[in-house]
Parts: sequence; structure tokens; C-alpha cells
Amino acid sequence: MRSQLTRLRAAAALLLALALSLGVVACGDSDDGTTGSDEGGNAGAIVANPDNAKVSLTIGSKNFPEQEILGEIYAQALKAAGYKVKSDLNLGSETVAHQAVKSGAISGYPEYASTALTSFFGVEPEEVPAEATPAYEKAKGEFEKEGLTAFPPTPFASANAVGTTTKFAEEEELETVSDLEGKSESMTLYGSPECRQRIDCLAGLEKYYGLKFKSFHPVDIGLRYTVLEKGQADLSILFTTDPQLAAEKDKFVILEDDKEVFPAGNVIFVSKKSTVEKAGPDYEKTIVQVQEGLTLEVMQELDARVELEKQTPKEAAAAYLKSAGYTG
Amino acid sequence: MIGVSPLSPPLASIQGAIEFIFTPQTSNVTGGKTVGGIDQVIELTLNQLELTVFALALSLVVAMPIGLYLGHRGTGELFATVIGNAGRAIPELALIAFMAALIGVGVLNLTIALAILGIPPLLTNAFVGIHQVDRAAVDAARGMGMTEFEILRKVEIPLAIPTLFAGIRSATIAIVATATIAPIAGVLTLGDFIINPNVYGDDGVLAGAILVALLALTLEFGLAALQRRLTSKGLKLSPA
Repeated sequence: MRSQLTRLRAAAALLLALALSLGVVACGDSDDGTTGSDEGGNAGAIVANPDNAKVSLTIGSKNFPEQEILGEIYAQALKAAGYKVKSDLNLGSETVAHQAVKSGAISGYPEYASTALTSFFGVEPEEVPAEATPAYEKAKGEFEKEGLTAFPPTPFASANAVGTTTKFAEEEELETVSDLEGKSESMTLYGSPECRQRIDCLAGLEKYYGLKFKSFHPVDIGLRYTVLEKGQADLSILFTTDPQLAAEKDKFVILEDDKEVFPAGNVIFVSKKSTVEKAGPDYEKTIVQVQEGLTLEVMQELDARVELEKQTPKEAAAAYLKSAGYTG
Repeated sequence: MIGVSPLSPPLASIQGAIEFIFTPQTSNVTGGKTVGGIDQVIELTLNQLELTVFALALSLVVAMPIGLYLGHRGTGELFATVIGNAGRAIPELALIAFMAALIGVGVLNLTIALAILGIPPLLTNAFVGIHQVDRAAVDAARGMGMTEFEILRKVEIPLAIPTLFAGIRSATIAIVATATIAPIAGVLTLGDFIINPNVYGDDGVLAGAILVALLALTLEFGLAALQRRLTSKGLKLSPA
């Protein structure tokens, strides 16, 4: 009897672990990319070029759903263009992914321009250009010094954001991060463990907004909505591309970053220069073409499919390519 | 300087890790604030020890009475071993996430999750240790008029000390090592260095791993010394 119960419980725990591993994280975004619709505009199908068959590529990504979806989109599009494609979509932090592309372990991976500038090239968050193009130009120049090439950015951008429940925001009359002044001392803030020391996260809130919080608690990124729902966190660090923000508008809000401490980053695809030369012109063409439909709205929809509806990143990417007309 | 080192040669050096432990280092993502250094190392080590003590205490309170009682009675072997084996199969991360939704994150969540890790070895070893005590010694004690509780306290427990302590040591190592993941659920332990390579760099990751290993070894040696002091002379293989 008892042993059965224990086993049942162990089985339930295992199932939960599986469910969790399928639907963990998303990294934020934002901005004005709300224009385009699902149709993907001027798409046009990707044409397979037989010359590409002799080129083998390995597409990487960092280890959270949005990145894995992007990795899949690029990998499947390149496959459609005739390349031999493998994927390695669980590269951990940006440090690991950056090293992997430099060492040639992967051909390329998607990185947020803002992350690249602050994390790899020591740019202060307030110096990160707010507009996509100058930020891209700046990152591209820095990558070039390392022998890497960055392709033009996606339409959508992603950023950290201070989020809370709609109820709490109303009670405390919060709309912008500056509204926290004088109130934050009695509020708890939850964020990823690395948020505590990052200048584009807690360290920036302290330095540029002069905010002090009652306490900061590190939690796994996958728990960022759980702590709000539980009522444990007053404030939680969310991502502007989070599907929860679109799907549960009446429940969660993000506070406007009025001092622009959290730089928004459009995604740029980074490869080694030698890889780009070897792969030929279809490489850049395919990547730039397939990301044209990736507006904020579309990215949130794709994140929702994976995080909320538990599709695999592979399925979500395939659905995107098909509905936007890139593949048949 | 915490930087991005090429994948090969080695990601981090022992020398870099040792520097990280003693001296605060610059970091790419903190906007000028230094990270690491002995003060932070001490703070995180104490947090990890505190969490370990809480979890070990809870697992002792739960497992010991049951294990000792069942061992003394000589019944419930199936229960003790099944709990022991099935308990080890519970994935810790899933447990923490599961309890995060029930009771939230923080010290209580982690104490319970880590205690569950400590219970199996304690329970199994307490049962086996007491159960295997020479029946002749127990019968003799009973013949001398000892109560059941006296038999347990004065005869069985002293004779079972090596096995009981083996359980306590396994539980302690499992708990202190796993307390490394606590920063995903609200408590900053040495794992902070390991899971945040963007902040601490490769040297910080290696430093964290070294510190956790040192902490575990220190506890292991400490408990071994305690065990030697508590073991009755007649049970020792060599004179102390």
C-alpha cells in the first residue's frame, strides 16, 4: 500500500519534471514591433539550392524557449534552402554560446544585440542605442573584431522588465518604474539569480533609479510568474516578449522603464566569418528572409505555443515557417 | 579580470579560481561593481551551512524515531527499504518547483526538499543498524531487567553507532551538495557562483565547485571524528 503510494508520488514528480522541462523560460522583448500580422507579409517561399548540399551547418541557441524557437526557425529554413543542418539548442548562458561560435563548435546562433553589447563588449546599458539599427551596427563592429559576422536584426526586440500583478499595480498606483520611488523599500523583488548583480537588472535599478527594495530573492526564471501568482513576490523581473503578458492582460502588467535601464535588444544572428564565406550567399539570404515575419506579436504567439500550450520549439517553428509561406 | 576565455585551452584555471575566492574581481555585466572575494565566499558558505543544518535536523527528526523503532521491533523492513529506495528516485528540481507552487520559494521550501533527500539513508541505516545488533546482547539486557527503551538506548544504539553514522554522513553529503542549487529558489548559497557564469566568469564557476567540494569534505571529516569519539571501545577495529 505504502510502497505503491510512494511509487505513485515518484511517478507524479517525474511527470512534473518532464512538464517543467518542456515549458520553462522565455526571455523578454518589447518595443514597437507590434505592426505585422501572422501572414508574414512579403515572405515568398525558400528555394532549395542543390549547391548547398555539400555544406554542413550546426545551428545553436541558448537554453530557454524563445531562443530554442529561433534556433529551430533558422535551422529549418536553412534545411529548406538545401543545407545539411544539425542543431545544438541547449547551450546555456550567452558566455557558453559565444565561446561555441568563436571556437567553431557551432556555425551560428541568435543573440540579442543588447546582451551582446553589455555582456560581451562592456557597453553600459545607458549607452546601448535604443533604436535597432544603430545597436546592430555597434554590435556588428565589435563582433567583427573577433572574426564574427552579425546579420541584420529581427523586427521584434526583447528586454527585461519589472512586472507585477495588475491588482498590486492599482493598489500602489504604479505605472512606471519611477513610481516605485519611496515605495520600493517595503516591496520584495524576485528575479533570476544573475539579476542581482547585472547592470541591466537589479544593479541598474539601484544605480539609475536609486531604488532600494525590502529584499531581493533569486529564483529560477521558470518561476517568475509563479512567485507573483503565489502572492510571494510584490515585483518580479519579467520579459517583454512573455506570452503571459498578452494572454493574461488583466492579471499581469509591466512597469514602463522610463529611464531606459533595461535596453531592448533585437535578435541578430552571429556566425564566424569563415563559416559565412564557406556557406555561400544563400546563408545570409535565408536567415534574413525567414526572420522578416518575426514581429513582437508573432514572437509572443510562438512563445505562447511553447510555454503555455506545451508544443515543442520544433513544432512551433515549423508552424511559423508554413503559415508565413516560407515552406510548403 | 573575469573574461571570456576560449573553449580550449581550459575554461578556467585553478589559479584564477583561487584569486576569485580571496580577491573581488571585475565583471563584464555588473556596471563596475566587483564580484567574488572572501567576504562573499564566507557569506554564501554560511548560508549553505545553515540550510544544511536545517534540512539535516528535519530529516533526523522524521527518520530517526521511525528507523530506530522499526529496527528495535524488527518489523517493517519492507517499509524502510522501499522508502529508502523510492526516496532516492525523487527528482530534487521537480520537487522544488512543485513546492514553489504550493508553499512558495525560500528557506522552508528548500529545507523540506533537502530533508527529503536525507531521509532515505537515515531511515535505512537506522533500521539495519539496530536490527543487526546481536540478539544475544539484547536478550541478555532484557534478562537483566532493562526496559525496552533502555535496551534501545544502552545496548542497541551504542552497538549500531557505525551504521547509524554511515547514514548520517550519507545524508549530510547529499544535503550539503544539493544545497548548491538553492539560488534557484530564493536562498543564495555557493551555487550562485556556479549557475551565473555571465556574472562570475569561468573562474567563479570553478571556485564555486571547489568551495562546495571543500565544504562537503570538511563536514565528512568532522562527522568521522565525531563518530570515532562516540563509538564504544569494544567496536573499534584498532585502538584509538
